[in-house]
Amino acid sequence: MTFLQLENLHRDFGTVKALNGINISLGEGEFLSLLGPSGCGKTTALRLVAGFDRPNQGRIVVDGKDVTSVAPNKRDMGMVFQAYSLFPNMTARQNVEFGLKIRGKSKGDRAKPVDDLLELVGLSHAVDRYPHQLSGGMQQRVALARALAIEPRVLLLDEPLSALDAKVRVQLREEIRRIQLELGITTLYVTHDQEEALAVSDHVAVMYGGVIEQMGTPTEMYTAPATPFVAEFIGTMNRLEATVVDGGSGEVEHGGMRLHVDAAKGRRNGERVLVLIRPESLELEAATNGGAPNSFNGEVLTQTFLGPVTRVKVTGTGTNLIADMSTARASALPVGARVSAKIPSEGAKLISLPDDGPGLPVLADDQ
Amino acid sequence: MKRPRISLSAVVWLLLAAAYFIIPLFATLLISLRSTQTGKCCVGANYAWVLHNGDFWHTLRLSALLALETIVISLVLFVPTIYLVHLKLPRLRPVLAFMALIPFIVPPIVMVVGLLRTFKGSPDWFYQKPWGFLAASYVILAFPYMFFSLDAGFRSIDVHTLTEASQSLGAKWPTTLFRVILPNIRAAALAASFLTLAIVMGEFTIANLAAFHTFPIFIQFVSESQGFPAGALTLMSFGITWAAMLSLLLVGRKRGQSSRIMAGAK
Repeated sequence: MTFLQLENLHRDFGTVKALNGINISLGEGEFLSLLGPSGCGKTTALRLVAGFDRPNQGRIVVDGKDVTSVAPNKRDMGMVFQAYSLFPNMTARQNVEFGLKIRGKSKGDRAKPVDDLLELVGLSHAVDRYPHQLSGGMQQRVALARALAIEPRVLLLDEPLSALDAKVRVQLREEIRRIQLELGITTLYVTHDQEEALAVSDHVAVMYGGVIEQMGTPTEMYTAPATPFVAEFIGTMNRLEATVVDGGSGEVEHGGMRLHVDAAKGRRNGERVLVLIRPESLELEAATNGGAPNSFNGEVLTQTFLGPVTRVKVTGTGTNLIADMSTARASALPVGARVSAKIPSEGAKLISLPDDGPGLPVLADDQ
Repeated sequence: MKRPRISLSAVVWLLLAAAYFIIPLFATLLISLRSTQTGKCCVGANYAWVLHNGDFWHTLRLSALLALETIVISLVLFVPTIYLVHLKLPRLRPVLAFMALIPFIVPPIVMVVGLLRTFKGSPDWFYQKPWGFLAASYVILAFPYMFFSLDAGFRSIDVHTLTEASQSLGAKWPTTLFRVILPNIRAAALAASFLTLAIVMGEFTIANLAAFHTFPIFIQFVSESQGFPAGALTLMSFGITWAAMLSLLLVGRKRGQSSRIMAGAK
């Protein structure tokens, strides 16, 4: 059953359409991440839910009640901000009990929930410290405890980990998920980090240009991107613009070369498509004279060590491909080596492109 | 650990600067200790004369109360205004900053004449009383000090995030202002208040032209009529200003020390 619903939300700032009709339905206790690049409208959407801003059109419904016009202090939404937002004049404990004080809870009634929450976020030892005595990660933990103290109907997190270093970020995101599952609280999480979104969410909504491009489970988003933008934004993806030449057998043509892709079966001949191949699905081997079927021949341009794998960039005639492979295997294919990149016919995905529409979206990484 | 050496030139400049301030004060002290009858040093009679003078206490009380009234009115007027400007109307900030400069730009005499003309038709309870006309004028006079101190205070905190955090926890505007924002701009509000105190305690032109008998008017009167007690009075007025500044320094140092202690305990 839907607990949080955003219906056709529009928000304009002058001539800029920050939100252009987004719709979201979230069940009670579910965790949804709004994912997208800067300026896509994800924080605007979160601020509308929090009540800090009002939509030009559309409504926000929580547990069956329209809260679009309700003031932020009456919405019962716990929020953790991107910037450190603890009240500098209060200790960790005072910060956490602030919302309870506002609700008129006595000192006795406040003590236990505050202690429990500070223990939940692992800060029982730091209750009397002021924000400036806490590290960034500790401050965000206190901010989380403070947001949870009021037992909010919805927990809102606006890029809460973006100011933290990588290790703390991973640790804290796991803690956020653990606490969210433990308390069963409906959560809306804004991030531009796709790895973060995939790791903690029940659902991910990828936003671009004020609209939701695709919404689904993390697995769906990764394995079956519905638009070129999502394909590009979630993980790394090889993209080949192609035309279906034989829908019966599943053949497409890219750069004068024919490829067999299972997903092309049943497609209309002449249809413009985007062939999507994850780097881990590409198979690289030293080039042979004859040229293997369903393969590109090219040259290793760069190798990037990524820890568990090495990322190999291959350049051929008009095509650049990226493959992830074990470091041991990659060492056999040094920079400059002639290689053959095999396109897996069953692993590749296909997205239709408009026949006369624009080409591929260009992201910062491409520029 | 080896102490850093202070260069000779630095010591010379420090001594020169100290002499610039200390010599006149020391000379004033010597004058204030001279006997009015014999002209010889060193007696405390001039201080006793000041302390036993009814006008001293009357004018001091009047100026102190005027300073307090000015501070209260200014804080009530400007804290919410500057908070609102920072939060909702940042485009108005340069306009306010320009307006705050006007009391600096307009010569005091011009401002007094303008204020006297402006308020001439106002009721007697306002125009004839120091608590009305004089306090209103002092609020205008203190505006630059209030504005720039408070503005710096508001800029040193993340007003938007703190306000939104407070609101999301259920706080209304007054609660947010008094329990979240004000405690975090306390040092700025204190600085603004003490600057206002110093301004009001020493303001002469408006009080003189508007014919109110305030502490600076009393000082001027004594200076013209009583040479040696004037020295004592000058030093005492310095002392009052210093006491105010020292209290600000102590408040600031207390905060700084507690921060350092806590940082060390990390």
